[in-house]
Amino acid sequence: MDRILLAHGSGGKLYHQLIEEVFLPAFGNKHLNQLNDSAVCPVANGLIAMTTDSFVVQPLFFPGGDIGRLAVCGTVNDLAMSGATPRYLTLGMIIEADFPFADLKKICASIAEAASEAGVQIVTGDTKVVQKGHGDGIYINTAGVGELSEALDLSQRTIEAGDVIICSGEIASHGIAVMAAREGLGLKPAPLSDVAPLNGLAKALLTVVPQTKALRDPTRGGLASTLNEWAEKAGLTIEIEEEALPINKGVAATCELLGLDPLYVANEGKLLACVPAESADIALAALRSHQYGVKAAIIGKVTKDTAGRLQLATPYGGTRIIDIPAGELLPRIC
Amino acid sequence: MIDLSKRRSPQLINELKRQIELLCQNEVILAYNRPLVIMEVCGTHTASIYRYGIKSILPKQLKLVSGPGCPVCVTTNDILEKALAVACCPEVIFTSFGDMMRVPAASGSLLQRKSEGADIRIVYSPLDALKIAAENPSKQVVFFAIGFETTAPTTAAAIEKAAEKQIKNFSVISVHKTMPEALKLLLPDSKVDGLLCPGHVAAVTGAAAFDFVASELGKASAVAGFEPADIMEAIIAILQSIISGRPVLVNSYPRFVKTEASSYAVAAMNRVFKPCDATWRGLGSIPASGLALREEFAAFDALKRFPEAAQVTGADNPACRCGSVLRGELDPGDCPLMGKVCTPASPAGACMVSGEGACAAYYKYRLK
Repeated sequence: MDRILLAHGSGGKLYHQLIEEVFLPAFGNKHLNQLNDSAVCPVANGLIAMTTDSFVVQPLFFPGGDIGRLAVCGTVNDLAMSGATPRYLTLGMIIEADFPFADLKKICASIAEAASEAGVQIVTGDTKVVQKGHGDGIYINTAGVGELSEALDLSQRTIEAGDVIICSGEIASHGIAVMAAREGLGLKPAPLSDVAPLNGLAKALLTVVPQTKALRDPTRGGLASTLNEWAEKAGLTIEIEEEALPINKGVAATCELLGLDPLYVANEGKLLACVPAESADIALAALRSHQYGVKAAIIGKVTKDTAGRLQLATPYGGTRIIDIPAGELLPRIC
Repeated sequence: MIDLSKRRSPQLINELKRQIELLCQNEVILAYNRPLVIMEVCGTHTASIYRYGIKSILPKQLKLVSGPGCPVCVTTNDILEKALAVACCPEVIFTSFGDMMRVPAASGSLLQRKSEGADIRIVYSPLDALKIAAENPSKQVVFFAIGFETTAPTTAAAIEKAAEKQIKNFSVISVHKTMPEALKLLLPDSKVDGLLCPGHVAAVTGAAAFDFVASELGKASAVAGFEPADIMEAIIAILQSIISGRPVLVNSYPRFVKTEASSYAVAAMNRVFKPCDATWRGLGSIPASGLALREEFAAFDALKRFPEAAQVTGADNPACRCGSVLRGELDPGDCPLMGKVCTPASPAGACMVSGEGACAAYYKYRLK
């Protein structure tokens, strides 16, 4: 059998076969192996952080990653951005009938690899199969639980003038990689997605700079969206420097070609941090010491201006306002 | 390969800025006793000028205005309503360039129709649309062909290929336009002193196609590239031409633009299309400024294939001042709708939709 059938979601024999032959070998651990209605797992004393996210990316496989790695990293990163240590994930899959078994196994292997890298366990899951034509191959939902010994104040409310904005590396890679793959742009070399678990990187930062004021992974909407939100919440204008933004040359060229602004393009393996000016150097050093933060850079600062917006300084001495994105990114005509 | 970063170097920009300031002190320029108006007629120029803040570093004696150079912006609501009607036919896969997707007609946009279930796809080239047609023989694949001489040759190539390979389920709504006739209508009665000619169009038509701007209309002009230094060098050429008292056309973009046309592209365009009258948003009907399919390719005309959709009509939003903006008479910042009623999230007119529209560029890159 090389294709998923409706019966695989029926709860019957094929359903159990799917669990025994695909899911348990990929993700098995003492909590999942119980196959109970819910997983009962220990957590350290303190607080838990919870989050959930759904993944509907097209294409399912793209240079640098796939929907499986994305589904793990997306949820792990949301936990990590609140300062939590991610521990457990749930895995819900909605699969379209006739989906190739080989692709499902590939996605599961990718989930297992990303989970192992992030140090999280898949402890429970659910699978539904929908009629052919009623889905896009596969949709994945993950929910995650993380541990916190104490709550960090990453609420952005303490942001003040003089604080420094740091970006952990080259921006816009994920969005461009997926768009190039989806639209068959045939770029050589193909841009690679940056999808990666950021809990290690976040921990490296928060260990040395616990007074970090804001932490976020700028996914959909890109840097422009996250920094606008911070500026608005703080009631202060954030100014970033065009020249300081780390970006891969190929990604920058693709953005120019398509008429897209990299500040609006999604990232899946980058974080933005707002830290007090006096901690900027050690924050930068901590990020750069981690494999996912080698190209970290200070990209801007919080100003005294109370307009609460995001602006960009051009290399020619001018500034311009960067708004929150209006909607779906659309490539231009010529 | 050309290293474009050199064309953006702050040192070079400062040097060019100094030269422009010097030229603006010339007695010929001072004698105008008002700012000199230089118009750009290419959406990519508009976007570049705003993105790099070029207006903010030029002396007060110069005023840059945007002309009708964004193909999305000059497309009328009437043709858009027809396109929406075609896109909603159940047997149709409708294909379009990305920036057309959000343009609002009275009845909605392509993006809205797509959300409602119409099969509307973004393509990067009409040849991609042709490929979709070959892969979906039971569907009618329609390409919304907009753009100037830059995109018309690729539409022509797709139609010739469709004819050759007998791909009969492919057709186009041709809204292609050509630049010279619009300029001949617009420039004589305008306050424009100099014209930045579109580098992309000139790469196809040859710089000589814009000779008439100086020789017939008496306006200084320069074919310009799209990096900040390219635009500033073209402005210098225009100022020098005005100072000399004998307006000429200068090719300031010789790394891509030749004097003569790209014979392959122009030949393809001429084989498939013939000039026709065309209606431009904000400018009205301009004789011989559009491209219609020749008789032998009439079978690829989507509006003939879908006669009911072709009957649908639409009117431009009367409150929208896009027309004045496109004629260079109104600065986007002076439009009463700007930023209040009309924003990129809910555009009132086409100039706010395309990233290359003067209003969208103004809104996005407005100065502090």
